[in-house]
Order: sequence, then structure tokens, then C-alpha cells
Amino acid sequence: MAKSKVNFDPRLARRKMIGGVFYFVFLCAVMVGILSLLVLLTRILMEGLPWLSLGFLTNYPSRHPEIAGIRSAMMGTIWVMALTALFTVPVGVGAAIYLEEYAPKNRLTQLIEINISNLAGVPSIVYGLLGWALFVQIMSMGRVVLAGALTLSLLVLPIVILASREAIRAVPNEYRLGAFALGADQWQVIKGAVLPSAIPGILTGTILALSRAIGEAAPVIAISALVYLTFVPADPFDQFTVMPIQIFNWVGRPQDDFQSLAAAGIIVLLAILLTMNALAVILRNRYQTRSED
Amino acid sequence: MNDDAPIFEVSSLSLYYDDFRALKDIDMEIRRYAITALIGPSGCGKSTLLRCFNRMNDLIPTARIEGRILFEGSDLYHPDVDATEIRSRIGMVFQRPNPFPKSIYDNVAFGLKINGYRGDIDEAIERSLRQAALWDEVKDRLKDSALELSGGQQQRLCIARALAVEPEVILMDEPASALDPIATLAIEELVRELSESYTIVIVTHNMQQAARVSHETAFLMAGEDRSGYLVEHGATSQIFTTPKSERTEAYITGRFS
Repeated sequence: MAKSKVNFDPRLARRKMIGGVFYFVFLCAVMVGILSLLVLLTRILMEGLPWLSLGFLTNYPSRHPEIAGIRSAMMGTIWVMALTALFTVPVGVGAAIYLEEYAPKNRLTQLIEINISNLAGVPSIVYGLLGWALFVQIMSMGRVVLAGALTLSLLVLPIVILASREAIRAVPNEYRLGAFALGADQWQVIKGAVLPSAIPGILTGTILALSRAIGEAAPVIAISALVYLTFVPADPFDQFTVMPIQIFNWVGRPQDDFQSLAAAGIIVLLAILLTMNALAVILRNRYQTRSED
Repeated sequence: MNDDAPIFEVSSLSLYYDDFRALKDIDMEIRRYAITALIGPSGCGKSTLLRCFNRMNDLIPTARIEGRILFEGSDLYHPDVDATEIRSRIGMVFQRPNPFPKSIYDNVAFGLKINGYRGDIDEAIERSLRQAALWDEVKDRLKDSALELSGGQQQRLCIARALAVEPEVILMDEPASALDPIATLAIEELVRELSESYTIVIVTHNMQQAARVSHETAFLMAGEDRSGYLVEHGATSQIFTTPKSERTEAYITGRFS
């Protein structure tokens, strides 16, 4: 080296060593997650794949594992999720729009905001009990699809609101000002300048919230503890069961064959989850390219 | 309306953000079909004053004004006046180009649609883009995203977007400050052309720009209490050659900024 710096003691070797250690620590942190997921997936795939067949998807549950299927639970899940999406999207996005675009910034709105964040953290079984008391008992709907969907809506609504608010808040204020300056009123600003930019984020957040709901067993157990359901719900006022409950029931049985059935059920559930997440990504990408093209 | 009558008459205008007084007792008139430049050091309130003219400050909950602005002889802040309607008559171009993340076509169409344009939208879009000297560059890719345009093109698109609504006045808040020198010259040339049919009020921190572009110049400064006041307002040639105030002279000769 041409010149050494007398006033410094750079200790380069030591700094590089410390840097390397931290790199390794962070890599390990990532590996914990990835490896446990891999172990889980392999175990489930090895156990469940042999049991996975068309019959498994189309048969009703049975006490004989070889002819038992997940049809009623799968259709129940689809029914409940579709209704939940129908309820939460308009209400959640509407609430987010109100809070971000209309509500004055004062103590009351702050209080509402904190409460929504808190609601997002309430254990799901609490929502199950609320749904049971409110929809099944007080409104005497019975243990039906609609009650289950409303309960899950309560569960995911705070998450949908939070995600939508994030998406709306991420829209640059310049778009709003630009629209106002052209003589747009509040709703025209929201419709023309805010929502087009916010929709990808809203969609992603909503689908991710719904995919949380699809795996929830606890709140639905409070509404419908049915397991041997040998029909598919025909309308929102039919009785129903969902996949996590069916899986939970199979896991709880002593026979090994039912354990494997549970694994097969988990594979189906995971497949639906992955499809929904992929849908979220596709929708987001499509809207992003559309709004930037 | 008489062409000699001022389009805006500002009297004893003060603007507060909560308790902070951002503008203090502004009295001025804005001449019709002329370019008026608002100049002054950072924080003197020139952008705030500009936003008073199309009531953009209404969007800031803590802002309130005292005093009066007459637009075409009637009170701009009268309770019966709808700020939304005012903003379609007094257009605005911002400091950073802010086209919507939509196609070039949809950017210009937005203002037409929200204001219920009765004519042919395609024609209006072509006319506005031609006025903004952008048509030849974008006529073959109107469906492309506005965000693919260069900064200077984006700003001209924003001007076209404002023109499409057929405003009487265009307010420009440092419209070239985020652009390179060549794009800046293109905008300045455009502003000169537009002044034949529009009244233009332009905020700029670039004194050469004010001298090159404007017919009239108003110089603002912030006082001890940080609230902006009008130091001097007159023909640009007079302000830049024989300013009445020593502070104006000190500022335009670059002794402080």
C-alpha cells in the first residue's frame, strides 16, 4: 500500500470476520423456516399421496377409511369462502376507503384505527364463540353455511381493512392533488386516481386474508361441529362442514389409515391455498402491468 | 368581461395553518392574458399563495384564510362557491410531473369525463395535446402508459390534461424545477404561447426563468415571524431593472436566496 493511515486502526480482517459471522447467522435464520417447511411437506406428501385419488375428492366421509372422502368438507369450504369473500370485500374496502379518504384525523378515528388493529389479533376461537352466540343463537340461523361465512367474515374483516388501508395509503398524494386540480370531487378522485393504483394491493391483501380463513378450524368448530356430513350444501341455509374440521377429526382417530387420510386432506387444503396465493400474485401482476402500460 | 379588468383581485389576504400565519396581508391584482411570476426565497409562501387561487388549500384541514380574493369580480371563497367547479375553471400544474398511472389518452380524458364534456373526446384530446406541443411525439402511442414518457413529456402531458378542461387560468407551481435545461426551455416556450389565450400564474425559484417568461413579477419574502408578505409587484422589466425595494434588488442580484 502506498500510504498507511497513521490515525486509524482499520482491523480489516476482524471486520470481515464479523461480517461473515452475521451473514451465516441470518442465513441460518432463513434455513430454519425453509427446512421445517420442507420436512413438513415431505412427511405429508409421503403419507398422504398414496391416499389421494379422484374418489377421495368425490366421496363422502365414512367410517371405512378406504372409501372415505372429503367431498362434503371441500364443498363446504368453497361455499363458506365464496360467501366470506362476498361479504368482506365490499365492507372491508369500503371501511378502508372511509378511514383513509374521508375520515377526519381526530381522536375518534385514531381510536377506531387502534381497535381494528387489535381486532386483527384477537384469537379466532373468540370470533367462533361470537358467531355462535350472535348468528346461531340470537339470530337463530342455526348451524348453517351463512352463519359460518359471517363468522369468518368477522375474523378476516380487520385484516382486509388493514391491508386495503396500506394499499390506499401507498397511492402517491400527487395523484389525488392532480385529480382535485382538474375539478374532480372526492368520489371521482377516489374512483379515478386512488383505486386504480390501490387495487393490486387490495386484492393481494384480501386473498391472503381469505387464505388465512380457509385454514381456520377453531371458529368454525363453534358453528358447525359436524363431521359425518353426507351431502353438499345446496344453499347458504344448509348445514355444512369445512376441510380443517374434517382433517382435525381424522387426525384424532386412533387408526393409522385415518392419519394418512388426514395427510391427504392437508394436501388438498394446501393445493387450494397455493392456488389462491398464486391467484393473488397473478392478479397483482396483471393490474400492475395494466396500470403501467 | 373587460380585458383590462384584473382577473384576480387579492385584498388583505392572510393564510393560517392552525396558529401559524403563512401569508400576511397580501394585496395584489393578477392581469388577464398575462404571465405573472411569483418569486421569492424558499418558505416565503409563494406556492401557498398560488394554491389560494384554485382553493387547493381547502384540502388541508388546518388551513384557513382571512381577507378576500375576487375572481372575475366575485368572491372566490364565498360559501356558495363550489371549490370543485372553481378548479375546473382554474387549472393547475404541479412541481413534479404527476400524470396518473394510466395511458396518455386516459390522462387527458379524465378531466373531460369527470366534468361531463359534451363534445368529441378524441378531438378534445388531440387539441389539448397539440396545444401542449406534445401531439407529434405521442400521437402513435396514445394507449401507452404516461409513465413511460420522459419527465419533460410528462409535464407537457399534465399541461395538456389541464388545458383539456378549458380553464380560464392556469396555475403553475415551479413546473420546470424537476426537469433538465432542454425540457425546461420547451416548457417555457409553451408557457409563452399559452399566455395568448390563458391567464397564467407561475411560481418559480429560478429568476432567469421569471425574467425570460413573465410579463409581471411579484416578489414575496418571509418576515421575522416566518409569514410571507408581498414586497413588490410590477412589470417584469421594471422589477428586474429598477426595483423599488432594496430587498427585491438584493434578491434578484443574488445577494441572498
